[in-house]
Amino acid sequence: MDFTFTEDQLLFCESVKDFLQGEVTAESIRKSWDTDTGRSSALWAQMVELGLTSMLVPEAQGGLGMNELDFVLLAQECGRYALPEPLVETVLVATPLLASLADNDPRCASLLEKIAAGEVMIAVGHAANNLVCDAHVADYLLLPKGDQVHLVAKDQVVLVAQQSVDPSRRLFSVEWQGNDETCLASGAEGVSLLAATLNRGALGAAAQMVGLAEQMVAMSVQYTTDRLQFGKPIGVNQALKHHMANCAVKTEFAKAPLYRAAYTVTQDPARADFAVSHAKVVAGEAALLAAKNSIQSFGAMGYTWECDLHIWMKRSWALDKFWGHAGFHKNRLHQWLLNPNAKIGAEMTFGEQV
Amino acid sequence: MDLSYTPEQIAFRKEVRTWLEDNIPAEPLQSFDTEEGFNQHREWEKTLAKGNWGMVTWPKEYGGRGCDLVEWLIFEEEYYKAKAPLRVNQNGIFLLGPTLMEYGTPEQKERFITQMASGEEMWAQGWSEPGAGSDMAAIRSKAIRDGDEYVINGQKVWSTRAVFADWVFCIFRTDPDSERHKGLSFVFVPLDAPGVTVRPIPQLDGLPGFAEIFFDDVRVPVSNRLGGEGEGWSIAMATAGFERGLMLRSPARFQETAKRLVSLYREHANDIMDLSIENAVVKCFMDAEAYALSTYQTASRLIKGGTIGSESSVNKIFWSELDQLMHETAMSILASRAELLPSSPAAGDVGDWLDGFMFAQSGPIYAGTNEIQRNIIAERLLGMPRK
Ligand SMILES: Cc1cc2nc3c(=O)[nH]c(=O)nc-3n(C[C@H](O)[C@H](O)[C@H](O)COP(=O)(O)OP(=O)(O)OC[C@H]3O[C@@H](n4cnc5c(N)ncnc54)[C@H](O)[C@@H]3O)c2cc1C
Repeated sequence: MDFTFTEDQLLFCESVKDFLQGEVTAESIRKSWDTDTGRSSALWAQMVELGLTSMLVPEAQGGLGMNELDFVLLAQECGRYALPEPLVETVLVATPLLASLADNDPRCASLLEKIAAGEVMIAVGHAANNLVCDAHVADYLLLPKGDQVHLVAKDQVVLVAQQSVDPSRRLFSVEWQGNDETCLASGAEGVSLLAATLNRGALGAAAQMVGLAEQMVAMSVQYTTDRLQFGKPIGVNQALKHHMANCAVKTEFAKAPLYRAAYTVTQDPARADFAVSHAKVVAGEAALLAAKNSIQSFGAMGYTWECDLHIWMKRSWALDKFWGHAGFHKNRLHQWLLNPNAKIGAEMTFGEQV
Repeated sequence: MDLSYTPEQIAFRKEVRTWLEDNIPAEPLQSFDTEEGFNQHREWEKTLAKGNWGMVTWPKEYGGRGCDLVEWLIFEEEYYKAKAPLRVNQNGIFLLGPTLMEYGTPEQKERFITQMASGEEMWAQGWSEPGAGSDMAAIRSKAIRDGDEYVINGQKVWSTRAVFADWVFCIFRTDPDSERHKGLSFVFVPLDAPGVTVRPIPQLDGLPGFAEIFFDDVRVPVSNRLGGEGEGWSIAMATAGFERGLMLRSPARFQETAKRLVSLYREHANDIMDLSIENAVVKCFMDAEAYALSTYQTASRLIKGGTIGSESSVNKIFWSELDQLMHETAMSILASRAELLPSSPAAGDVGDWLDGFMFAQSGPIYAGTNEIQRNIIAERLLGMPRK
């Protein structure tokens, strides 16, 4: 029993954090809003260079062969810096789905090599999401149809752009026709792949929301220290202190469920639905509370386009509803817990181990 | 990260389970806030001590087993699962014990830890005063040096189980001219010493769970002081860290309550009209689980040499508010029977939810109120301005 990350995992996370801090700023994010795609191929190339896109690509396809647990802290940092690029979706969602299919389908193996090398981008659709993120910059799309998973080239689909409250998010509805050729999996296999995909998507969203929450609190602490009213920093007032302390408590207690979910996805998939839903619900609550208490701390300034807070706030609003909204995930928790055969109790925290 | 138990840990769990099955009193004990119940619980502490189960994390020479914190968590899980009696000496074993290990002289450890571990000596905590609650630095009771002794005068209040305990660990002002955090010392006083008067204060349930303690020229040897003279505040803060942090409220306690809440909900699901109750039940369960996960995380970190600081304030808020929500939810499920004492003929399956509900009201007050904890989090963990 050891509920800590390894030195290597922590060090790698620190180096990625340094990288993101240097490259992804509120200013660079605002600039990207005015570009056509909203995405920077230069930044993507740097991330490829750092090996980020190859982390979960199996070694057989030239990747690092790591797992979701190795990436979860990085996903948290992607949230903290509100990274617009689809790194989390590429690493946590597209890559493992292709890896599950690579043994049977050479197309998938080849795409994995290209993901590692930064030569292709893949967007993933799922019934839990009405829309597909970043389909405009993708070369291929992985799309569900009933119990089937299809791989469709970008020129075989029609994309209709939709506008999100978060200018960094680029969402599309996709019109497409699959055929036998594009179908990678179906039946029980398809169902289980789609279920695992949902869990990984939700895990990635949860991790980002923990990072978003912490960053909003950090911004509010700074602002309430600098802003004076009644001749004192507004942060001396207990009402604001308690707003922030409440966020800290919520965020802190979202972390252990998040890391347990990441571990469970890699080690104990039979328990993943429940663990992921727990993480997604509490991370969403933490991010939404941080957004609400932060805008309150900023006053009218927080209600402006000029103030950077909205970059983080809007991402939180969106991710809380993506890869399964709270209602979906709470429902899974209810079904799991209220089932008369549920194995629950203090000694069952990590499942039945005898 | 490896969230599976080792074969040794699994074997340890079995050993705990078997011992508890063989030794737990067949009849539930009376409340430890009555004299008879207190003595029953004292006997149980002695039984635990005989099996070396009193404090598994303590070194063997003090009657412990030298267990690490993960084994301690396993012990606690089995303990609450088995519905073993509450720990009457918790002020001693969970608060003073760890403080003594850190700050005690070899003689003090030998003298006090051994007796505490064997269940012979029960401890109370004497910090609060009528004028010093949240503002503990306002303590006025004095212990003035006279040769090898301190002469103590003053008053403590809200001292839990002091009515029946043997000793009290106090904070007194040893420098009469000092102010606030300076000039305080950590001193042990036997509750049967001449000049000590203990007056019971009934709690919400009518039982004398609190006491007021008056000190009238009470003399104790200087060797009853823990740490240096004037170091009382910093030692007390370490004790408070244990209180809020890890030891006092292990997650298993809340997980077992959450489990009972799920059963209560299942039994009454068909009569429940308030649709928000099901959500509350699930939230309680998940929060108890999150507290357990987080504690395992902290335990793993501490085992690897990490430390715990203001995070203990985050913990304290979380477990105390969880405990409130769990009991509020149970009250909602019991609906019109919620007010009934278990002795009432129409009580049915109310069990001890009402007792738990009342006690849960005190969680956000004791061990430093939750308002004070939120101040600590904002100022020390997050760095918000004090002035
Ligand atoms: C069940 C129980 C057991 C206890 N056992 C012991 C024991 O064994 N030994 C012992 O020494 N003490 C014990 N206590 C006492 C406990 O430590 C105090 O109750 C606690 O420190 C609060 O002090 P107070 O009750 O005087 O409340 P006060 O300090 O008067 O506070 C009353 C209210 O005002 C709020 N408040 C006060 N100051 C501030 C501030 N600066 N900012 C915001 N809000 C503030 C508080 O949060 C609280 O809500 C126990 C208490 C309880 C309830």
